[in-house]
Amino acid sequence: MTSDAALLDYLLRLADNGLVLAQRLGEWVGKGPVIEEDIASTNVGLDLLGQARLWYAYAGEVEARIKGTGRDEDVFAFRRDAHEFRNLLLVEQPNGHYGDTIARGFLFDQWHVLLLRALAGSTDDRVAAIAAKAAKEATYHAERSADWVVRLGDGTGLSHERMQQAIDGLWMYTGEMFAVDAGEEALAAAGIAADARALKDPWDAAVGAVLAEATLERPADGWMQSGGRTGRHSEHLGHLLATMQFLPRAYPDAKW
Amino acid sequence: MTTAEQDAVAAAARGADLAAAREGTRPSPAAIWQALSHVPDPEIPVVSIVELGIVREVTWVGERLVVRVTPTYSGCPATALILQGIEEVVRGAGVAACDVETALAPAWSTDWIAPEAKAKLAAFGIAPPGPVARVDVAGISPLRRAREAVACPRCGSVHTELVAQFGSTACKALYRCSACREPFDYFKPF
Repeated sequence: MTSDAALLDYLLRLADNGLVLAQRLGEWVGKGPVIEEDIASTNVGLDLLGQARLWYAYAGEVEARIKGTGRDEDVFAFRRDAHEFRNLLLVEQPNGHYGDTIARGFLFDQWHVLLLRALAGSTDDRVAAIAAKAAKEATYHAERSADWVVRLGDGTGLSHERMQQAIDGLWMYTGEMFAVDAGEEALAAAGIAADARALKDPWDAAVGAVLAEATLERPADGWMQSGGRTGRHSEHLGHLLATMQFLPRAYPDAKW
Repeated sequence: MTTAEQDAVAAAARGADLAAAREGTRPSPAAIWQALSHVPDPEIPVVSIVELGIVREVTWVGERLVVRVTPTYSGCPATALILQGIEEVVRGAGVAACDVETALAPAWSTDWIAPEAKAKLAAFGIAPPGPVARVDVAGISPLRRAREAVACPRCGSVHTELVAQFGSTACKALYRCSACREPFDYFKPF
């Protein structure tokens, strides 16, 4: 794999994480448990969508370097099928109840902040610029989701139980956040990508501290689900895309 | 954009146009800066995009005017309107060829907001951002991050509490004043 091909793959992983999680958070519009949370979760989604657009724009340019032409953000978002998406399995998991959504956001946000801060030092100027900007946004996301994990975990008996179930249920999707394939390894060696393996210890420390404060138990690292980053997804992604892509596929090139 | 904002943009454009006419030449970067300083932020119209630090550079490159802007948040829905407002003003000033370029780095910071603009925000009912704390890089410990005391823009009390980390826009948090009991927006340090 050439380094540009690996970079394209890497950028799509970053972009797809943002787009898919943004779409999930958008599902809360008008349905949040309280209006402040309705607004907050969709604002987080908006940040993630904005970040995804920046990553897609760069991915399109890298693709043009390889093939002569590159896809734009709309083609990446609306004209690919599930197996072409490179997002983590974690972010495509259904919203569930609000505790499930918070748990999913928490596990992702803690990793996202670490990843973006590492990428802010990338030798690729464009990657570094997007990551530095996104890291500021992700810091607020992480602060908010951690706050809620503590409030719900250390809340009532019922909220504690549900929060623990949510964390337990999603834990098996956290393993692939720290996996590195050959393409990423080469990019990391060149200082372009972050070595995801190096994020595991700080992530464990940060997640562990919040779970402890929330009186929640950190699940044991058992068998981990993986495949999202190579296009092997859970059934949920197909349903998400069916909703998200319906209009542009039914009415190609429709304008707002 | 509201009519008032359109009027402001049009008036700004006329100002630069007149300045250009007086000089009998293409408008100077200073005249463009002056004109842009009347373009309101679409979400917070009491401050201009220049005061917010969004406009970074205005230069002539050959026959083309280049305006470099740094958007605030990645997903800010006002960005497209802001770019459109800039183009209207620049075109209205008689500039035929203009490139509005986006500069991502360095990332926009609330430290770039002019002090006068912070006063305008407070008068408008939005608590202005304090200085951005130097962010630790050794991993995040969100709950241990000391929260700054945010003064209520109405009564000035610092007995305020965070209601939600995201308010009416991503750049603002929702606070409540324990003294006067009024809710208010806080422009987060960023």
